[in-house]
Amino acid sequence: MELISLLLRSVQYEFIQKALLSGTFLAISSALLGVFLALQRKSLISDGLSHVSFATAALALLIGLSPLIISLPLVILASILINKLVSHAHIYSDSAIGLVSSLSIAVGVLIVNVGSGFNVDIYSYLFGSILAISPIETALCIAASLITIVLIIIFFNDLFLISYDEDYARISGINVKMLDLTFSTVQSVVIVVGIKIVGAMLISSLIIFPAITSLQIARSFKSMIIFSVSISLLSVIIGIFSSFVFNAPTGATIVLLNGILFLIFFILNKIFKFK
Amino acid sequence: MKQIEVKNLSVKYQNAIILNNINFTVDKGDYIAVVGPNGSGKTTLIKTLLALIEKSEGKIEFSTKKIGYLQQKISIADSNFPSNVQEIIRSGLLINKKSKIYSSIDNEKVDSIIEKLGIEDIKYKLIGKLSGGQIQKALLARAIISDPDILILDEPTTALDPNSRDFFYNYIKELNEKENKTIILVSHDIGAVGKFAKKILYLDRVVIFYGTFSEFCHSSDMTKYFGNISQHFFCQRHN
Repeated sequence: MELISLLLRSVQYEFIQKALLSGTFLAISSALLGVFLALQRKSLISDGLSHVSFATAALALLIGLSPLIISLPLVILASILINKLVSHAHIYSDSAIGLVSSLSIAVGVLIVNVGSGFNVDIYSYLFGSILAISPIETALCIAASLITIVLIIIFFNDLFLISYDEDYARISGINVKMLDLTFSTVQSVVIVVGIKIVGAMLISSLIIFPAITSLQIARSFKSMIIFSVSISLLSVIIGIFSSFVFNAPTGATIVLLNGILFLIFFILNKIFKFK
Repeated sequence: MKQIEVKNLSVKYQNAIILNNINFTVDKGDYIAVVGPNGSGKTTLIKTLLALIEKSEGKIEFSTKKIGYLQQKISIADSNFPSNVQEIIRSGLLINKKSKIYSSIDNEKVDSIIEKLGIEDIKYKLIGKLSGGQIQKALLARAIISDPDILILDEPTTALDPNSRDFFYNYIKELNEKENKTIILVSHDIGAVGKFAKKILYLDRVVIFYGTFSEFCHSSDMTKYFGNISQHFFCQRHN
């Protein structure tokens, strides 16, 4: 009873409302992206890009600019660089991600070392602080998520075919290169706006976990999308409330819930053989 | 009526020549078997025709955009892909489709092709949980659902049991004979293609032979290439 009244009271706080609003949109867009990235075996790219966003946020704080302004173009460039390394330099995709990712962390750590005055700020970008999200950041998160959702709805069937059989997608007249570039950009934007919410270290789990969990139970592509979005929403909303009730870091709580949900569905699939 | 014209086609990868000065034409209603030893460039030729591989030189002209393709099973996504047969077959309708949304007519087409191929029992089954023969039937359905003028098949019967293989070859033959579809089939199964195809394109980085089976059977060049017994066996299967 006490818990319910605490939760009802919490909804009246503006910071919880903002967190729920931005978290809901981010949950939907990252889950949708995650489905296609996981099926195209590209989910690690989001991990690499989140590390890049750590370095770019550190750079922005060092030169006194908004991390969003610096991070957005640089993370998009990094996603293009990873794609180019794979397609033109013939470097394996996991190696290309590893190169860019570790280099970014190294650069980020060096910048943090140089600008020792912003350690507290960089901490909020590393591990997120959804409860301290500003109105502009909320608006940007909603806008980026809406663009992602609309693009995925428009290109849903094309993305499905690319994920299953890229050659057939090319023969079908689908512009695979253009869609790849578009969704690399969209992914970069979602990561950049998402790092304030769950943090650079954890944003990729918001993309990867719901897709992998839904893979345990989905019996069609449509059901994978529905499960993935539902799991993501569930973990974000419960995560925000739980972190408020238990005074725990929100990003880590959301990721932990995702981990628990994965474990539950993994075990249920082993027992009941959904597939 | 000419449907495909290939002129002076060459494909190089780094410094290696994969295909050299390939020339041939395909007419409407042809059933061409592309054969040749391992590494002779058969799959490269098919992928170059489909613009999946960039050509180094030459020209490829199609008189139609309606092309169906069935590739080697190994190149398809893994067994964990969360999609059922209905969804996979329907994606074949995306070929040159302006609207990216499926209509109720599209769903009726899916049901009709499923019925034609007798795979109603696997309509809602996950593609990755099917046997090799069932997957190939589903992918054949995807290739023909858009009613293509040309059907290109790259070793479609690899890893199929004899029953599935017979079904496959008979169905392709029917498409060629009854619906006048042009067929280009890459195969190692020289006995089977000898039985069904009308023309043979023997490839070994260059076109060694291209012509009808009767021309093939009387070609002394081919006797040199195959040996007397193999050529005789091949021609016997065709008769």
